[in-house]
Amino acid sequence: MLAYTMQRLIVALSVAFTVSVVAFFLLHLSGDIAISIAGPEASPAQVEVVRHQFGLDRPLLVQYLDWLWKAVRFDFGDSFYFRDTVVSLIASRIGVTLTLGAISLLLSLVVAVPLGVLAAVYNGTIIDRLALSFSVIGQAIPTFCLGLGLIIVFSVTLRWLPVSGASSWKHYILPSIALGWYAVPAVMRLSRNGMLEVLSADYIRTARAKGLAPGVVIFKHALRNAIIPVVALAAVQFGFMLGGSIVIEAVFSMHGLGYLAWEAIARNDFPVVQAVVLILATIYVALTFLADVANAFLDPRIRLA
Amino acid sequence: MALLDVQDLVIDIPVGGGVLHAVNEVSFAVERGETLAIVGESGSGKSLTSLAVMDLLPRVARRRAARLSFDGTDLLTIPERQMRKLRGSRMAMIFQEPMTSLNPAYTIGNQLSEALRCHEDVSAEAARARAIELLERVGIAGAGRRLLQYPHQLSGGLRQRVMIAMALMCKPDLIIADEPTTALDVTIQAQILRLLAELKKELNMAMILITHDLGVVARVADKVAVMYAGALVERGSARAVFKAPSHPYTRGLLNCIPVPGRTAPGAPLGAIRGQVPNLIGRLQGCAFRNRCDFAAPECAGDIHVEAVSPGHDVRCVRLEAQNRAVA
Repeated sequence: MLAYTMQRLIVALSVAFTVSVVAFFLLHLSGDIAISIAGPEASPAQVEVVRHQFGLDRPLLVQYLDWLWKAVRFDFGDSFYFRDTVVSLIASRIGVTLTLGAISLLLSLVVAVPLGVLAAVYNGTIIDRLALSFSVIGQAIPTFCLGLGLIIVFSVTLRWLPVSGASSWKHYILPSIALGWYAVPAVMRLSRNGMLEVLSADYIRTARAKGLAPGVVIFKHALRNAIIPVVALAAVQFGFMLGGSIVIEAVFSMHGLGYLAWEAIARNDFPVVQAVVLILATIYVALTFLADVANAFLDPRIRLA
Repeated sequence: MALLDVQDLVIDIPVGGGVLHAVNEVSFAVERGETLAIVGESGSGKSLTSLAVMDLLPRVARRRAARLSFDGTDLLTIPERQMRKLRGSRMAMIFQEPMTSLNPAYTIGNQLSEALRCHEDVSAEAARARAIELLERVGIAGAGRRLLQYPHQLSGGLRQRVMIAMALMCKPDLIIADEPTTALDVTIQAQILRLLAELKKELNMAMILITHDLGVVARVADKVAVMYAGALVERGSARAVFKAPSHPYTRGLLNCIPVPGRTAPGAPLGAIRGQVPNLIGRLQGCAFRNRCDFAAPECAGDIHVEAVSPGHDVRCVRLEAQNRAVA
């Protein structure tokens, strides 16, 4: 177990390192940063001053190492646009995004896993077909369309829920549904296929031959094994949700990390963009690592190998 | 009254091109403490027959019978809830694939205890004690430690012993062993068979042993039922069937086995020519007739069961022709 965890940790750290390289150099590929910062009307002399002031005249490798060394100590410098440090900007925004992501993930799992199990247990019946149609429709609706649709129905017409903002729990309901919806089809299909495969396994026949009740056979013996790939997918989906929340946060005007990224990109606020990309990617890597560890707990063949 | 009484069992499976007649009017009975071996090749319907008794057939399969009773209980009309009480507690099953028949996610101890605790209201400690007792009885050393292990940490032979112990947790009256040794090494096969035979005697259980290995049958069976293409072609006491095999298929099977001392080294072994017939669609006559040396026009008509001797029946209309050829 320890060897396995260490091995996954090393993989996670190397991915995180790669991401940091990409996050840093990608911005330098998009053109001369000094010109972008100085603005279109700046003279060549002014651009040179900016270049020196921001240390952009140093070799790229030195700039990267300097940035990375500060980044691991949570020092991302100051924002070009907001009068604040990048860290305090992110700290004030990340809560909204993580809350939204967590609720959305929970919501999608609560809907998708039982639906997938149901579809597998009643394989080939009308229930199965309804669940599959539901997942096809789910996949076909873009997140922002669903978000706008929900606002029109529940906020504008019925006036049950607020249109935008993130100041109370009520504000999270519609965005969570819109964002969670996105993960439902994939998780449902994986749960369904996993269950179908497991339900035809020999050990399920053994469980039935023991005289166990159908509920015990399905939940204790089948789901425990079918859920293993779903855990990994859920981690990936959570990562996608953090990325996808850029759209949802914009639609619902929630001031989260996604909204911040959108503002920063629009204003060439490079330190913020770099930091957001690095942080989202690191969360993503961390989640994948946690999913690997969770799988080891669920599957003794990984744990005791 | 027989412990298990099966009469005219039919199993149909709807498939793309019609209906697959997997099992056709199979009848047999098992008395308490008796071992019945059901012999046949892959696809002969022997496994489906055993699953039908346990009511564990795949959902698409349809089961019919004139009678299917266990210790006086009619299994055809019994509600599923009642059937579940019998399953695992009074009739238990051992499967062919020990490698995949145990749940990889739970310990041996968990899976053994569960078999007892889903039928009897006993404490976890009592179930554990019973599990240790049975693991020791089936020849597993260090039983207490084994309870904490997972299936993947055990060899195939050990897993099959665990499966046997699991089947015995509730002291069943009938144990159905579906090719319990097929997936194991030859040396382990003998050990497992001996163990099954001993336990059967010790616990006075009845056993249905499903196999394609006639050597196994000769060693442990009291009665034999030979199946071919979904039909029961011959049945009788093991002694009678081995002494006077009366269906051409049974003879063919016995000719396939080399006998030390009698089969010369390098001599060709007996083989049954031709292929098993397709069982989809309406069937008429003897299913073996296209491979049979004694086939005659009447083999395409209705086949009646003929008695060779008391308790020894054969489903063949060419019994006399066979006897003339042998004589």
